[in-house]
Amino acid sequence: MILAAANERARTITDTGFEWPTWPAFWRTVSLADYNTRVVIIGTTLLGIAAGVVGTFAYLRKRAMVGDALSHATLPGIAAAFLITGAKSLPPLLIGAAISGVLGILCVLGLRRIPRIKEDAAIGIVLSVFFGAGIVLITFVQKMETGNQAGLDRFIYGKAAGMIFSDAALIGAVALAVLAGVLLMFKEFRAICFDAEYAAAQGWPVMLVDVIMMSLVVLTTVVGLQAVGLILVVALLIIPATAARFWTDDLRTMTLLAGFFGALSGWIGSSFSALLPRMPTGAVIVLCTGLIFFISMMFAPLRGVIASIVRRESLSLKIRYQNLLRAIAEVEEQAAPGISVPYAHLLAERSWKPRQIRGLIRRGFRRGDLHAGDAGGLALTSEGRERANRVLRNHRLWELYLIRYADIAPSHVDRDADMIEHVLSPEIIRELEKALAEAPPIPPSPHAGEVFA
Amino acid sequence: MSGWDWTSDGWVTLVAAMSAISCALPGNYLVLRKMSLMGDAISHAVLPGLAAAFLISQSRAPLPMFFGAVVVGVLTALLTQAISRFGRVEEGAAMGVIFSVLFAAGLIMIRQATDHVDLDPSCVLYGNIEHIGLEAAVGGMPPAVTNLAAVLVLNVVFIIAFYKELRICAFDPALATTVGINANLMHYALMVIVAITTVANFESVGSILVIAMLIVPAVCAHLLTDRLGLMLVISAMIAGLSAVAGRVLVVYAPGWIGVEADTNTAALMTVVAGMLLLLAVLFSPEHGLIGALLHRMSFARQVMREDILGLLYRWHEMTRGRARSMTRDEILNAVGRNFLSTRALRSLRRRGQIEIDSPVTGDALHGMRLTDTGSRRASEIVRGHRLWETYLRTHFELPLDHLHMPAERVEHFLTPELSAKLDDALTGPDVDPHGKSIPKTSG
Repeated sequence: MILAAANERARTITDTGFEWPTWPAFWRTVSLADYNTRVVIIGTTLLGIAAGVVGTFAYLRKRAMVGDALSHATLPGIAAAFLITGAKSLPPLLIGAAISGVLGILCVLGLRRIPRIKEDAAIGIVLSVFFGAGIVLITFVQKMETGNQAGLDRFIYGKAAGMIFSDAALIGAVALAVLAGVLLMFKEFRAICFDAEYAAAQGWPVMLVDVIMMSLVVLTTVVGLQAVGLILVVALLIIPATAARFWTDDLRTMTLLAGFFGALSGWIGSSFSALLPRMPTGAVIVLCTGLIFFISMMFAPLRGVIASIVRRESLSLKIRYQNLLRAIAEVEEQAAPGISVPYAHLLAERSWKPRQIRGLIRRGFRRGDLHAGDAGGLALTSEGRERANRVLRNHRLWELYLIRYADIAPSHVDRDADMIEHVLSPEIIRELEKALAEAPPIPPSPHAGEVFA
Repeated sequence: MSGWDWTSDGWVTLVAAMSAISCALPGNYLVLRKMSLMGDAISHAVLPGLAAAFLISQSRAPLPMFFGAVVVGVLTALLTQAISRFGRVEEGAAMGVIFSVLFAAGLIMIRQATDHVDLDPSCVLYGNIEHIGLEAAVGGMPPAVTNLAAVLVLNVVFIIAFYKELRICAFDPALATTVGINANLMHYALMVIVAITTVANFESVGSILVIAMLIVPAVCAHLLTDRLGLMLVISAMIAGLSAVAGRVLVVYAPGWIGVEADTNTAALMTVVAGMLLLLAVLFSPEHGLIGALLHRMSFARQVMREDILGLLYRWHEMTRGRARSMTRDEILNAVGRNFLSTRALRSLRRRGQIEIDSPVTGDALHGMRLTDTGSRRASEIVRGHRLWETYLRTHFELPLDHLHMPAERVEHFLTPELSAKLDDALTGPDVDPHGKSIPKTSG
């Protein structure tokens, strides 16, 4: 922070320049050489771990935005504690914050039970009314001789830079408590996160587990207020957990990953804000979590956007390719094996674009399923024929099955079979064969004799 | 502060009321569509829009800032939807991600610009409505009045013009699509309106009041009425009331509690709105807690009265009318001696369903017996009870010792018509499974 201040110089209104840190300054921050920077970085990193871990459960319990109501609801407690004690010593303020935060959660839960009030409205009501009450109380604080608003402002926007050793120690203690709580209650938390009603039916004390879980959330929120402020503390709870969700389906991994993401954001964010001038720490940390979220959402192999697009595209390519082979096989069935099918026929068969079908044909040549036939047409190689007949057989079996067992008119089965033929597993095929005991190797088309327009 | 001053307080109240009402109107649709938190998200997220517009245009000119903020506001809605759809994230969490990241970005941008200009983040949170009073005191109509009036008119016109479409989208977006209304388009139109309203209200009242006024009056109105048109009107009235009451409290309340303080009008309006909501929650005729409580209490009294009638009937039946009547103490010992039972006894006497048969002795030893009307009512209750036991026995084959408890509960809900139907279904039994006779209908 001292470094950042030293970098600061008077600026003119048109100066949008940006002072990059010098190499030694960078090194001092990364190696935690300065006492102040060290306290801030360690504190925010610990906070990130605690928030990420406990946030995982809040997120899975669909309590993400309840955390927002909670953090806003702490303000009147802080202001009231200030009015009563008249001092700026931290513990009473945090106790006040915790009390009114819990009151806020109770209000959300209570309001939700009123017939016309839905959860989202309950959260919005608590968030705004409690915050409004907090601001009213703060205006009284301002009138007190000892009071100045700057002391309480840090709870709204956060002031991690002002963190002292005892703050970091408090966060560390809370982080330990959160980790211990999660370790001890892991099974219980998991039970109520995934199916609270089932857990209740199994005899878990859902109410009690819920209270313990929310207490951990309250603890984390309250100690996080100073560092990132009450508006943004909810981000530390939600974002690392949401980001971790993209990478894994396993709760244990997700919890660890969320804690790691939280820690990473806290560490990088506070280092950045120590290095660069005019960077509010809390906001930078939240931006880091946002960046991690974005990367996870895009690139995570399990549930990431790109991975699922790739999976979807490769499936639909496979489907189109199989359809091409089947189209040729159907012509062969009518004429003779090895016949050359003209390109124009295939183009008319489905609503393929010329570019698309050329791509599919190239794929066929590459794989050795197709070869150039007579008169510029296409013909199946023997491997290609085998593959094509397999698809055709799946298609026909499914059509037969639908006609026989689902009582669907022959004219309506083609589309259904079209969709399912590509995903029929060998086991299902065997079952279909059993069900349609007398089915020939390739059942004849049920549409034979129909005239297709 | 010294009393109400029309030139400044009048304008402040007008501005406050206009901004509250302009928020409350679109808020109804957010509440109905369960998107209340979208208002919250948008109002936090417009901060980077304001800051970016400022950094780009290098001025506090209102128009670029307005557009910057509206664009980011609508972007919030779009991004939330995109994340929850493509990332398969729960919508609440998606909103939390977007608005907090945008707000953080906004804070950093403001901090970067803050050397040049006072773009104060706290001003964004709780506004600067007091400033309007000062402006008015210096001279004439504050400029905020025209802006807010324009937004209010815009919102009213939007709601009137698309009343039908908005209504159908609020209650059933799928139906809207089938009747040819583009529900998605209406959704984004509403988001644009919310964003415009939020931004226009920023300078005067701040985002917290915007959130409160988007949600609280609409929820109050929803507790009070089932009709959308009326709900809009009531929510506007509640918003206006919060504004007036909030300002009055700002002027007078510090004096009442003996503090010399300028409270924040916007914050106090929020608190007033919260109080109004509390009143609605308590006293709403149909959904209020007090109403529900009264209903439960009157039902508890009815149950107690009917239990006493049943008790006296069975006593009479057991002793075949030969023994003395039950004393008050005996009755109270049987049904539990409490406020409810003593009250029920008094009320039964007032209704002429029980009477005292030896008025000479002391109250505690009074014998009490059923009057004719009382015994008619009692036989109805016992009839229902025993028919139900028979029904349970016949159709569910419950063991004998499991019949009494459910019948004890159901007897209070069985009307003579229902009893008649049970009687038909069981082809008129004479005795219940315990061998007690089932009273016939009198008449």
